[in-house]
Amino acid sequence: MAGIAVSTTINGDGVEYLCQPDETLLDVLRDRLGLTGAKEGCGTGDCGACSVIVDGRLVCSCLVLGAEAEGRKVETIEGMAHGEQLHPLQQKFLEHAALQCGICTPGFLIAAKDLLEKNPSPTEEEIRFGLAGNLCRCTGYDKIVRAVQDAATMMKGA
Amino acid sequence: MRYIRPLSIEDAVGELAKAVGPAAILAGGSDLLVRMKGGFVEPELIVDIKRIGGFSDITETADGFRIGAAVPCAVLGEHAALKKAWPGVVEAAKLIGSKQVQGRCTITGNLCNASPAADSVPALVAAGAKAVVAGPSGKRTIAVETVPTGPGRTSLAKGEIIEAILLDKRPAHAGDAYLRFIPRTEMDIAVVSAGINLTLDDKGIIKTARVALGAAAPTVLLVEEAAEALIGRTLDDGTLERLAKICSGACRPIDDKRGTIEFRRKVAGVLAQRVAATAYKRAGGK
Repeated sequence: MAGIAVSTTINGDGVEYLCQPDETLLDVLRDRLGLTGAKEGCGTGDCGACSVIVDGRLVCSCLVLGAEAEGRKVETIEGMAHGEQLHPLQQKFLEHAALQCGICTPGFLIAAKDLLEKNPSPTEEEIRFGLAGNLCRCTGYDKIVRAVQDAATMMKGA
Repeated sequence: MRYIRPLSIEDAVGELAKAVGPAAILAGGSDLLVRMKGGFVEPELIVDIKRIGGFSDITETADGFRIGAAVPCAVLGEHAALKKAWPGVVEAAKLIGSKQVQGRCTITGNLCNASPAADSVPALVAAGAKAVVAGPSGKRTIAVETVPTGPGRTSLAKGEIIEAILLDKRPAHAGDAYLRFIPRTEMDIAVVSAGINLTLDDKGIIKTARVALGAAAPTVLLVEEAAEALIGRTLDDGTLERLAKICSGACRPIDDKRGTIEFRRKVAGVLAQRVAATAYKRAGGK
């Protein structure tokens, strides 16, 4: 089977691929395009490890079909840093040790980026609520929240 | 399996009507893709309705609001006029899933998934929402409570698609509200829930009422006896007590890991009281 021809934009670059009708965007990103930052934790939209932004909306890429990306703009963790220059969230996650095993981290970073773009000065409650679709079994969340708060302060100062 | 992305409702209906094997409609996919992955459904045809004109728009008309079938719940929460007119519907829609799910899930999908515990459905039923159904023999507009017929089953015929949900324009002194009980603080499935919509007269007497309960029976319950107990009264203690009693009595719940029959009955009454109080206050009652 040849598959469905899809033409889309990923991290600002035009990308074309063929995918099967039941193939998720997550599988396309990881297995066809080599973008392995987004992780499959649950595959059912519960853990947020596969979070990406599609046309400005935070979504679980495991709950999007690859074919649906036609003509859309997809942002993944691979587009977050500018070359060697880390995004303030990435920098603060490192400084605050807001990760241990790292599986959930790309999803948290993308979700936090989406959160701060829509709400540059979130309260702690808003951060916790905004990141509730991302599960982490290592950190207990507190360090993640501190990192996002610190990044928000840094980004406002920039 | 075939995936298609029709641009017109006629094409979508035509493809669904002539489909030989199982076919599925895809809007947000937050139920469909999970069920496909779990092997519960194996559609031969997936009809993605998101590119059909008007399906992704909320429009304000002379009669009220038209919410396209593919509008994600997140967009409902960002629509100031809709939130102001129907805060109960919007708060129910906003309770579905995480932020990631909010960016995809739709109230039409929530309705058609036909879970007894669907959050937006009791609020829509209380609001008297209508569904515009397009099918091989034309269009019809039906009350949302006639769509689910049992867990996972709907009254929609082969080839039929809900293209939009309609909500009426609000008169003065109107308010609606929705609450659910879950054992966690967020992101869970309702153990039992209630949606209530009220209009009041100038003196705060309830003129019209609609009371709906979720997760209390195989489908969402529209409890007419509860509405009758509210109409012609203010929300005094006696009225609230009768409301709770009627709602508890109307439940036909199941025992499962999330709640017992006894617990669901009791909580249905408590929630109805709290929801009525919020709806009453939103309608300007004191």
